Amino acid sequence: MRVKARFTALSAAAALLALTMTACGSGSGTENAGVEGETGTDDVTVSVGTFNEFGYEELFTEYEELNPNVTIEHKKAATSNEARDNLTTRLAAGSGLSDIEAIEVDWLPELLEFPDQFADLSDPAVEGRWLDWKTAAATTEDGQLIGYGTDAGPQGVCYRADLFEKAGLPSDRESVAAMLDGSWQDYFDAGKEFVAASDGVAWFDSAGATYQGMINQVQNAYEDNDGNVIATENADVKDIYEQILQASVTDGLSAHLTQWEDDWVASFQSDAFATKLCPGWMLGVIEGNAEGVEGWDIADVFPGGGGNWGGSYLTVPTQGANQAEAKKLAEWLTAPEQQIKAFESKGTFPSQVEALESEELTSQTNAFFNDAPTGEILANRATAVEVTPFKGPKYFAINDAMQQALTRVDVDKTDDPASSWEKFVTAVGAL
Amino acid sequence: MAVTDRVQPPPPTTKQQTSRDKSVKRLAFSHKVPKWDVKLSPYLYISPFFLLFAVTGLFPLAYTAWVSLHSWNLIGGKGAFTGLENYEFVLAQPFFWNAVGNTFSIFLLSSVPQVVLAIAIAAVLDANLRARTFWRMGVLVPFVVAPVAVGLIFNNLFADQAGLFNEMLTGIGLDPVRWHSDSLASHAAIATMVNFRWTGYNALIFLAAMQAIPRDVYEAATIDGAGRLRQFFSVTVPMLRPTIIFVVITATIGGLQIFDEARVFDQAGLGGADRQWQTLTMYIWELGWGQRNFGRASAVAWLLFLIIVLIAMANFLITRRIATQGGRR
Repeated sequence: MRVKARFTALSAAAALLALTMTACGSGSGTENAGVEGETGTDDVTVSVGTFNEFGYEELFTEYEELNPNVTIEHKKAATSNEARDNLTTRLAAGSGLSDIEAIEVDWLPELLEFPDQFADLSDPAVEGRWLDWKTAAATTEDGQLIGYGTDAGPQGVCYRADLFEKAGLPSDRESVAAMLDGSWQDYFDAGKEFVAASDGVAWFDSAGATYQGMINQVQNAYEDNDGNVIATENADVKDIYEQILQASVTDGLSAHLTQWEDDWVASFQSDAFATKLCPGWMLGVIEGNAEGVEGWDIADVFPGGGGNWGGSYLTVPTQGANQAEAKKLAEWLTAPEQQIKAFESKGTFPSQVEALESEELTSQTNAFFNDAPTGEILANRATAVEVTPFKGPKYFAINDAMQQALTRVDVDKTDDPASSWEKFVTAVGAL
Repeated sequence: MAVTDRVQPPPPTTKQQTSRDKSVKRLAFSHKVPKWDVKLSPYLYISPFFLLFAVTGLFPLAYTAWVSLHSWNLIGGKGAFTGLENYEFVLAQPFFWNAVGNTFSIFLLSSVPQVVLAIAIAAVLDANLRARTFWRMGVLVPFVVAPVAVGLIFNNLFADQAGLFNEMLTGIGLDPVRWHSDSLASHAAIATMVNFRWTGYNALIFLAAMQAIPRDVYEAATIDGAGRLRQFFSVTVPMLRPTIIFVVITATIGGLQIFDEARVFDQAGLGGADRQWQTLTMYIWELGWGQRNFGRASAVAWLLFLIIVLIAMANFLITRRIATQGGRR
């Protein structure tokens, strides 16, 4: 009897420990309130939630001086993952968000499913402020704009001039840009030439990272415009999959690394590869990982046309109490003049058309990258972006499955391209 | 309840001083009180835990069951009632069964060596050492390091190309282990992190229990001619029975819910490109937060709960049998 009682107690304790997963759900969103109300009169506190470095600290002080009735409360999350967890949890709970919430471009597909949760920020005053693809990515089918663009991630090609030279390839910026200009096949062909003469140095770091640059140039990669999953039947996807694995494994151009893993970080110190696709914010990552390594440079070119990777927006959640003031502040923060100041402070590359043409931006150079005119190069790269890939609600789950498929072949070597593709089809079927 | 045994019935009141009404009333009142005081107060004293448990344990448990019967989006909330559809779907997924296998593999690779090692370490610490407190505190140091920090350190050691372990292996002419590709190797690496963290903690629990064993039992054993080893197996281990049950059950619950160490084992946190080390809790995470499908995530959570209850039962019966071998006291 005693045994039994204790046993029940233990089961209960197990229950407590086993299932602490709380599920909170709000009723589906209320009506879209829009943004109403006066601004600039009553004393208000506007809270702003950001992550990493947006470069806003001094701008907040400036805004408070311009608008004495406004006090800004800044909540800064250490990582974007932390901010994303916070955002989704509090959206689900229906309260607790800041008046302005910063979001990353990657979260847009899932947030655009719930436009009721965000104020419509479209406004004649801001029309044409951003690059077209930047605004398009945050606009619903009905024309509701859920976020103001902050920074962007236009991509160039970073390369090791010293390793190029050793392998007998042209190494100055202009010649490299000319050599890599064209299709992805041209990029891989140059790679074959390099690898043949490089004594073990690979052409690029990772199949997955390079694939990312390629797939972002496809308009409807995984889903059609109605959100139907087409990933496994889409010939473009299969072609890119086969092309990148051919280059990575058969032709041996890849260093067989997974982006962000410890081996990848360490590889910057060991001359493991010679080129890497790099958005503006990647420059800082390379500089940090490759500390003490000389020879990095950046070419004003991107295979297959332009490409964007990352960048953020400011949104105004409808659960906030000060939506009018919040919108006003978000509008001010994302104006070209302010974004340039943020760029100077923390290197967040602007997505605003006017900012891209400004002298302050185009005159920027980067000492680590052999004094390359990074401001000008990235501005050129931003205007070269032509395709805004459609990203539906399942985009990221499918893309994760694809990245795993590539890793299985390129890094783990547990599968060949055909069997890994089969597993990818199974994984997509399970979504 | 031991408490009730000790409480005496209220002493028969001696001579009442009827002259003062007040005291009579009070006495009459206090006369009545002890009866339900004795009956109720023990439960009242332990009620905060159970009330709290009802709110933080029972309610989520029931609510998760409710969620698992619906199609439910993380942000959008409740959808249509779907009955057992989520369970059917999840049980038909190869990823689910893969996660079950991985969870058990990692659990066994961590719990078994952990308990054995912890008892061995406790036995050593129980001996007359110099600077006893230092050694005893020393084994607890890994426990105060945050799991994610442990993950960072071990990831560095277990990196496939640049990791210390593989460099050592290649240094002595062996093939490097493919920690992030080979399923069993990844489980061993994750179990190492878990063992690093929990072995010392369990050793201290065993040590406390060992010190509670009366020394005269050992003296008697010595007189009977039992050596140290015989004493350890015939006296120490059987006397540790309740503690072993406790440690095994907490290790089971923790082991089956393993998440942190496995999640930080690579950057993507989904358990490897071929799901080599995706555990059940990581699968819940993937369904709930990755795919935002709370219905399916809740179904897996409930299945995990049932598995844990089953294993805890089996555990209890087995440990009881083993521990009673030495004769029940």
